[in-house]
Amino acid sequence: MHNFIIQYFGTNVWTALVSSVIPLIWILTYALVAIWLELKISAHMQDRLGPMRTGKWHGWAQPLADVTKLLQKEDIIPAAADKALYLLAPFLVFVGGYAAYAAIPFSPAYIGADINVGIFYIIAVSAIVVLGILMAGWSSNNKWSLLGAMRTAAQLVSYEIPSSLAVLAVIMVAGSLSLNEICEAQSGWFWNWFVFGKFPFLFITFVIYFIASLAETNRAPFDIPEAESELVAGYHTEYSGMRFAIFYVAEYANMFTVAAIASILFFGGWSSPFGTFMSGPVWGAFWLISKGMVMIFIQMWLRWTLPRFRVDQLMYLSWKVLTPFALVNIFAVGLWIVLKG
Amino acid sequence: MAELRTEEMVLNMGPQHPSTHGVLRVELVVDGEVVVDAIPHIGYLHRCFEKHAEAMNYQQVIPYCDRMDYLSSMGNDFSYALAVEKLLNIKVPERVEYIRVIMAELQRIASHLVAIGTYGLDIGAFTPFLYCFRDREIILDIFETTCGARLLYNYMWPGGLSHDIPPGFVEKVKAFVKQFRPTIKELNDLLSYNEIFVKRTANVGILPADVAINYGVSGPTLRGSGVKWDLRKDDPYSVYHKFEWDVVVGKGDVGTVGDCWDRYMVKVWEMEQSLRIIEQAVEAIPEGNVQAAIPKRIRPPVGEVYTRTETARGELGYYIISDGSANPSRVKARGPSFVNLSVLPEISRGYLIADMIAIIGSVDIVLGEVDR
Repeated sequence: MHNFIIQYFGTNVWTALVSSVIPLIWILTYALVAIWLELKISAHMQDRLGPMRTGKWHGWAQPLADVTKLLQKEDIIPAAADKALYLLAPFLVFVGGYAAYAAIPFSPAYIGADINVGIFYIIAVSAIVVLGILMAGWSSNNKWSLLGAMRTAAQLVSYEIPSSLAVLAVIMVAGSLSLNEICEAQSGWFWNWFVFGKFPFLFITFVIYFIASLAETNRAPFDIPEAESELVAGYHTEYSGMRFAIFYVAEYANMFTVAAIASILFFGGWSSPFGTFMSGPVWGAFWLISKGMVMIFIQMWLRWTLPRFRVDQLMYLSWKVLTPFALVNIFAVGLWIVLKG
Repeated sequence: MAELRTEEMVLNMGPQHPSTHGVLRVELVVDGEVVVDAIPHIGYLHRCFEKHAEAMNYQQVIPYCDRMDYLSSMGNDFSYALAVEKLLNIKVPERVEYIRVIMAELQRIASHLVAIGTYGLDIGAFTPFLYCFRDREIILDIFETTCGARLLYNYMWPGGLSHDIPPGFVEKVKAFVKQFRPTIKELNDLLSYNEIFVKRTANVGILPADVAINYGVSGPTLRGSGVKWDLRKDDPYSVYHKFEWDVVVGKGDVGTVGDCWDRYMVKVWEMEQSLRIIEQAVEAIPEGNVQAAIPKRIRPPVGEVYTRTETARGELGYYIISDGSANPSRVKARGPSFVNLSVLPEISRGYLIADMIAIIGSVDIVLGEVDR
C-alpha cells in the first residue's frame, strides 16, 4: 500500500476525499510560490528587482494580491459567446491538469491512486486539456481566440507523440507502467538514475521528453497558443477574473505535472540521490518536489531567454525532428536490452 | 471525399493589439493563417501638425516637430532647424554643428534600441527588451542633463541650441560609448544570432531593392534591401563629411537580401557606426557660443526650401514656404515612417499571421509620425 492515509484509516469515502484534496492544496500553494518565483527570476534575469513591496520581504505577497484582485474582477461573458461551453471550459482545462496528480507518487508513502498503469493514465488524462482549450477558443466567438485554440489543438496533439515515445523508452527499461515501481528501479545512488542509463540513449530520451513537455504546457519557446504579440492572449483572450485565474493555475499545475514526470522517469523521483542517506517517506516528498522545482526553474530560464517559434516551425520540430529521433531511440534502447539485458 | 469549402476571413489587427506599435490598424484578409492581403489603416493619432505650423511662428513649430517621431525628437528638430536656417541663409557656429551631430547620433542609437528591443518582444523574446531599455536610459540621462527633457527635447533651434552642453557631458558620452560597445555583442549573442530568432526572421517579408526604391522607402528599411543610400553620405549636411564611418547595408547573411533579419541587423550595425561618429565628434568639439546665431524674431525672406536629413527611420524632409511674415505659410513634412508603411501590403502577402508581426516590427514605424 502506498498511501499512508488509506493504510492507517482504511478505505472509505473520507480517506478517498482527503487523498484527493491533498494534491489540490499542493497545487494552490505551489502555484502561488511558482508565480512569485517566476516574477522574481524573470526580474533578476532582466536587471530588474521585480515586486519588492507587497508583503515587505521581497514582495512575497504579490501572488496573493493578484489573486485577491482577480477575485474582485467582473466576470465578463461576451454577448455572442456560447455561454455553456464558455463557462465550462476553464474547469475542464483545470480538471485535466488536476486529475493527473492522482497518479503522481509524491513519496513512497503517498500516491493518490496507486494504479499499475500510472504513466499511461497521466498521458491519457492530460489530453482532456485540449478539449477545454478548444472549447474556450470556440465559445469565446473571437477570431483571435479561435486561431489560438486551433494552434493549441494542433500543437498538443503533435507533441503528445514524441513525449509518449520518450516515455515508452523508459518503460521498456523499467519494465513497468507504475510510477512507483519506476522510482524504485532507480533507488540507490544517483548513477542509478535512468537519465544516465543505457548511455547516451536515455539521456537523449530525456531531452526529447523535456522539449515535448515544454510544448505540452505551452511554455516558451512553444507558447504559440497564447503568443501575446500575435494572438493577443490566444484562447483565453476573452476571459476575465477568476476564470482567467483558473487557466493560469491550470498552466502552473501542468508545469509541475510534466516536471514531476520528468524527475520520476529520469531522475529517480522520490528516491534519494545518496543511497539510503536522507531517504524515507518525508524525504521522498522533499526530493520529488526539489527535483520538480529544478525542472520548473529550467522551464522559466528558457522562457525568459528564447524567442518564440512559428506555428509551422513548431510542427516541423515535432514531426520531423523529435518523432524520428524518439523512434530511433526506442530501437536503440530495445536493441541494448535484447543484447545486454 | 468532397472538397472542403473554405472561405477567407477578415481579421482586424489593431488599433488595440499588443504589437502594432501604437495605434496602427491592419485589415488582414486571411486564408487560415496565411495572409492574402493586408491593408493598413492610419489616422488614429492625427494631430494636424501641418495646419498647426501655419498658426505658429518659426520657433513655436519645434515642439510640434518633437512630437512627430517621438522616439527620435532630436532628429526631427535637426531637420527643421536646418530648413529654417537655409531659408534665413545663416550659418551656425561650428560648435553647434558638432553638438547637433552628437545628439542626433545618440538619438539614433536610442531609437534603434527601442526598435530592436520591441522587435525582440514581437518575436517573443522578453529579456533583450529590458537590456535595450537599460542602455537607452543612459542616453536619456545624458539628454536630461543637457536640456532637461527625456523624450521631447525642444533642443535644436534655428540658428543654434537652447542650451550649451553641461560640464561633464563629454566624459559621460565617452563612458557610454565605452560601456555600450560590449553590450552590442551581448545583444547579438542573445538575440540577433539566436537560432529561433533567425528562423523567424530570415527569408520573411522580403523587400527587393527595386520595389523599395519604387515605394520611396528610406532609412534602415531601404538599406536592409541592400541599397547603399544614406543622406549623411549621399547628400551631406552639417559636419558629417568630417567623420569616418561606413554605410551599412543588408547582405542576406542568413537568408535573402531584404528580409526581416537584414532590416533588423542593419539597425544593430548602424549603432556601431553611430558610436564611431560620436567618438570622433566628442574629441573635436570646438569652443564657441551655441546661441550666437539665434535670431529673436525670425522673418525669412519670401521663398521656399526643402531640406532632408537621415533620422533613425529614414529620410525626414521639411518643405517650408515663407511669405515673408513671422509665421510659415506652409510646412510640409515628408516622414519616413509614413512612406515606409506604404510598402507593408507589398511585402506581407503570402506569409503567416505570425510573420505579419515580424514584418510590421521590422519596418519599424512610429505612429506619431505616420499620422502627424
